[in-house]
Amino acid sequence: MPYVVKRPERDIWEQSYIPETVRGMGVTLRHFFRNVIGRRDTVTILYPEVQRPYPPRFRGLHRLTQRDDGSPRCTACMCCQTACPAECIHIVAGSYPDGHPLAFVEKYPAEFWIDELRCVFCGLCVEACPCDAIRMDTGLHARPVEARPHLMYERNLLLSITDAKGDVLTANPRKK
Amino acid sequence: MTTFFVVATAAKLVLFLVGIITCGALMVWVERRMSAMIQDRIGPVRANAGPFRLWGLVHIAADGLKMMIKEDFIPRRADKLLHALAPMLAIFPVLVTFAVVPFGPTIDFGHLGSVNHLGPLFEGRWATTLQVAQVDVGLLFVLAIAGTGVVGAVIAGAASDNRYSLLGSLRAASQLVSYEVTLGLSLVGCVLVFGTLRLEDMVLWQHHHTWGVVVQPLGFVLFLAAAIAESKRTPFDLPEGESEIVAGYFVEYSGMKFAAFYLGELMEIGVLACFLAVFFFGGWDVPFLRADGIHLSLPMLGAKFWAMPHWSVVLLQLGAFGLKVCGLIFLQMAIRWTLPRMRYDQLMELGWKAILPLSLANVAVTAVVLHALR
Ligand code: SF4
Ligand code: SF4
Repeated sequence: MPYVVKRPERDIWEQSYIPETVRGMGVTLRHFFRNVIGRRDTVTILYPEVQRPYPPRFRGLHRLTQRDDGSPRCTACMCCQTACPAECIHIVAGSYPDGHPLAFVEKYPAEFWIDELRCVFCGLCVEACPCDAIRMDTGLHARPVEARPHLMYERNLLLSITDAKGDVLTANPRKK
Repeated sequence: MTTFFVVATAAKLVLFLVGIITCGALMVWVERRMSAMIQDRIGPVRANAGPFRLWGLVHIAADGLKMMIKEDFIPRRADKLLHALAPMLAIFPVLVTFAVVPFGPTIDFGHLGSVNHLGPLFEGRWATTLQVAQVDVGLLFVLAIAGTGVVGAVIAGAASDNRYSLLGSLRAASQLVSYEVTLGLSLVGCVLVFGTLRLEDMVLWQHHHTWGVVVQPLGFVLFLAAAIAESKRTPFDLPEGESEIVAGYFVEYSGMKFAAFYLGELMEIGVLACFLAVFFFGGWDVPFLRADGIHLSLPMLGAKFWAMPHWSVVLLQLGAFGLKVCGLIFLQMAIRWTLPRMRYDQLMELGWKAILPLSLANVAVTAVVLHALR
């Protein structure tokens, strides 16, 4: 059924265009002068110099947490690699030799690669990890690099990255 | 034609050309920063010369450099000659109309220190009027040259072999031709009141009587609207209409040719401000300031007079003109960042059904009143 679109009703004051234009210019100029004198309404953040703090639960680049003795907490269980929807984690497992003080945990990651360019920052790897060995609490985001391989993060690099407070451990106590 | 005349004219010409081009470049900065401030942003401030950012002024130099080294792209099936000709045609009226703007009174280099009793406009051996060309048909010249602005836009659109360009140039043609009529008619009231077509005499009339905006308030509003439409700026920027036809008639231009269109449009704001000042705000006139000094007549104190040397009077008046032009540029910028773009039918309706009849009425009323007063 056809229907009639109701036209907005304007009185002669608005129709004459000029008073409303002047009113609009009042708004424009108020913003202008408020911003010229002291940038009072300006919302722009001059990014690299001024950074807005990320919320505490921000999912940033990954890190691998360490035990108190500095060894990786990761046991190369492959849970994160399996969970990752972007298939960007690649782990090569190694095993501690007999007699090694950590022989009871059996495995460690001999290689641990994360392709931060493929990662979709979903956080499923963190959820999947039974050892709290992989975390995304670094507060960093992927920086621009000159070549793709520069964002292929490798085991030792991941182990060296700290959380936002500069800690390589995790707050969760280790269960024996 | 004395040597002094030739030298003075050449000097004025150079001064004014440099002035306009600088004004055009500065306008890029004004437009960007002012729009940013209005929209609660900061605007471009990154370009720097060492530690100096100069509130983003360095961007002008950066942009100029960028424009010069950009590829000058010509579409394969475009008309090469016309494509190259169009930017020149577009910038031509802007540069030429500046020539008749009276930006100051007569300055006499022989008597800079003494008090001038000859009035603001006079002739003398070392005297020159601060206006590049004194033309008897001043106003008609301005309107005629301004009318050629449409040619550049139309040729640009037609020569680019691009449908968006063509649409833009068609829009430009219809809009400019429509508003041309009003542009002239809204000034007829002024001509009637001032009784002259010479721009310097118009200023002189306002100098002796009162500013044009007082006697022609409606004429001012109408002329402002028509002139903004002529310079194709928001709310009348349909020929460009980024959201519909990309950039309208200069879609296919890059590098310095694009800069010609862009700067032309921005310098047009400056020209327009000059003409608004000349027609409606007394040009170089400063209230109470006569050629020989300040005449103040207050109801209580009676008439007062302070004599001033010639140079200071001229300097003050030049400054006043500059100030008025800056103020009017600011006004146009504020309008541009306040009003949204009109729809095509609204544009035509405003032009033919509102502004044109009103300017005709303005002419009629002015004529009747002038006749009754005589
Ligand atoms: S955050 Fe998601 S995509 Fe990135 S590595 Fe972890 S599981 Fe894979
Ligand atoms: S990081 Fe966690 S989930 Fe991934 S392999 Fe190591 S222990 Fe398993």
